Amino acid sequence: MDTREIGARKTRAVRHSALVRVTHWLTFLSFAALLITGGEIVISHPRFYWGETGNVNMRPLFVLPIPASRTTVPTGYKYVMPDQNGWSRYLHFQSAWVLVLTALVYGIAGLLNGHFRRNLIPERRDWTWRAYWARLAQYLHRQPPGRDESRSYNVLQRTAYLIVIFVLFPLMIWTGLAMSPSFTSAVPATAALLGGRQSARTLHFLLSGLLLLFVLVHIAMITLSGFRNRMRAMITGYNEATPELRKERP
Amino acid sequence: MSRISRRKLITLGLATAAGASGVTEAARLARRYALVPPDGGGIFGPGETLTYACQRLLTVRTPAREFARSMISKKPFANAVAPPTEEFKRLQAGGFRDWRLGVDGTVARPTSFSLADLKSLPIRSQITEIACEEGWSYIAEWIGTPLSGVLREVGVLPQTRYIVYYAIEKGLWESIDMADAMHPDTLLTLGMNDGDLPVPFGGPLRLRVPRQLGYKSLKYVTHITATDDIKKFGKGLGSVDPEYGYAWYAGI
Repeated sequence: MDTREIGARKTRAVRHSALVRVTHWLTFLSFAALLITGGEIVISHPRFYWGETGNVNMRPLFVLPIPASRTTVPTGYKYVMPDQNGWSRYLHFQSAWVLVLTALVYGIAGLLNGHFRRNLIPERRDWTWRAYWARLAQYLHRQPPGRDESRSYNVLQRTAYLIVIFVLFPLMIWTGLAMSPSFTSAVPATAALLGGRQSARTLHFLLSGLLLLFVLVHIAMITLSGFRNRMRAMITGYNEATPELRKERP
Repeated sequence: MSRISRRKLITLGLATAAGASGVTEAARLARRYALVPPDGGGIFGPGETLTYACQRLLTVRTPAREFARSMISKKPFANAVAPPTEEFKRLQAGGFRDWRLGVDGTVARPTSFSLADLKSLPIRSQITEIACEEGWSYIAEWIGTPLSGVLREVGVLPQTRYIVYYAIEKGLWESIDMADAMHPDTLLTLGMNDGDLPVPFGGPLRLRVPRQLGYKSLKYVTHITATDDIKKFGKGLGSVDPEYGYAWYAGI
């Protein structure tokens, strides 16, 4: 199945494999659920600490300037937010499972079929700062993507995706498990290595901020490079070849 | 449009069939080995069952994390509790001398213990963290007698699968499985740090389940029922928590 031939004949290029498309949307759905429910859970105690323990009698590392959903948390607001922790927690952990199982399928398949090697590890010729600068300059000058980008990712994309997939998500899972009194009874190091349970909770929150930042930049870049075309590619797998595509750079 | 090759179709078909039969088989095994929590039905059932089954397999005998004495929180936080009932006030006025812990259900010798009776059983202490589902936590030394000893004392029968425990306030009840009930860290707690367990922290008697979140460590425990059928209690979801939308299993 040589997809490049089909692509050339129909002036369309295969951009995303079925595996990438299915796991992308499952990840999107579960991440959205995790983010919303995570926010709901944080509202019940919008204070963060460093170390093993932390509560309203202790000095926080930082406090979110929002009202809480529990009356026991002093926030400076008279208003107490509606408490949605019950279903939020059920959905948070169920979505985490969807995400972990999706990641497992994606990770194993990506290793076996060469997706990581082919599409995510930066190409050998891009292993220089100049390659990064050139790509960054292209973004800053608001130049449209080149033809070479229609089938695969450029070095900035590859780096961002690698960080999200192999650094941020694993850290998210680690910091999440470090808050489980049951899991840490089996593997105490999950919490101890992070400096304690409250450190894990604070890191879990900060990491979710980084992931949200990635999503916002991701959506902004998709919008800039043609929202409809990029969405079509992530749903059907194909790009529509557009006439305004720049000539291939030398 | 793209033609789906025969090979692809066969692979996809086989993968789907293997996946479906795998899920069915996993569900069957989970039921057989009692790895489905009482609230394992409904839309959040799959996630709860996965969490409970994995953690139960991983943590049957693992000890709760313990800490150095120097890490005991100087200012522990006592969460808000419902105003005391008339009965509680009466017992408190009498120095809790008339506080009773009734134990019944699937046991050979249903017994009622006074606090003095409990104190005459082997006493154990642990320095563990209690973490609320809201996110806050503190570390304290908890002193009491293991629930497992009390259950052996009353001759808990082999068919027992859950231990249900009730607070003095009507309608407040919890349950744990036998892995947690027989775990040496699951403590009928009478003391905290240097003295008796203070009332705001659940005194005179709190069941500490340190490998789960704080809401499983019920305050003001007056009654324990061993059972082989958790469905007979409340709405059959294992505790009062799922009735308020919270998970029965809180090992997270």
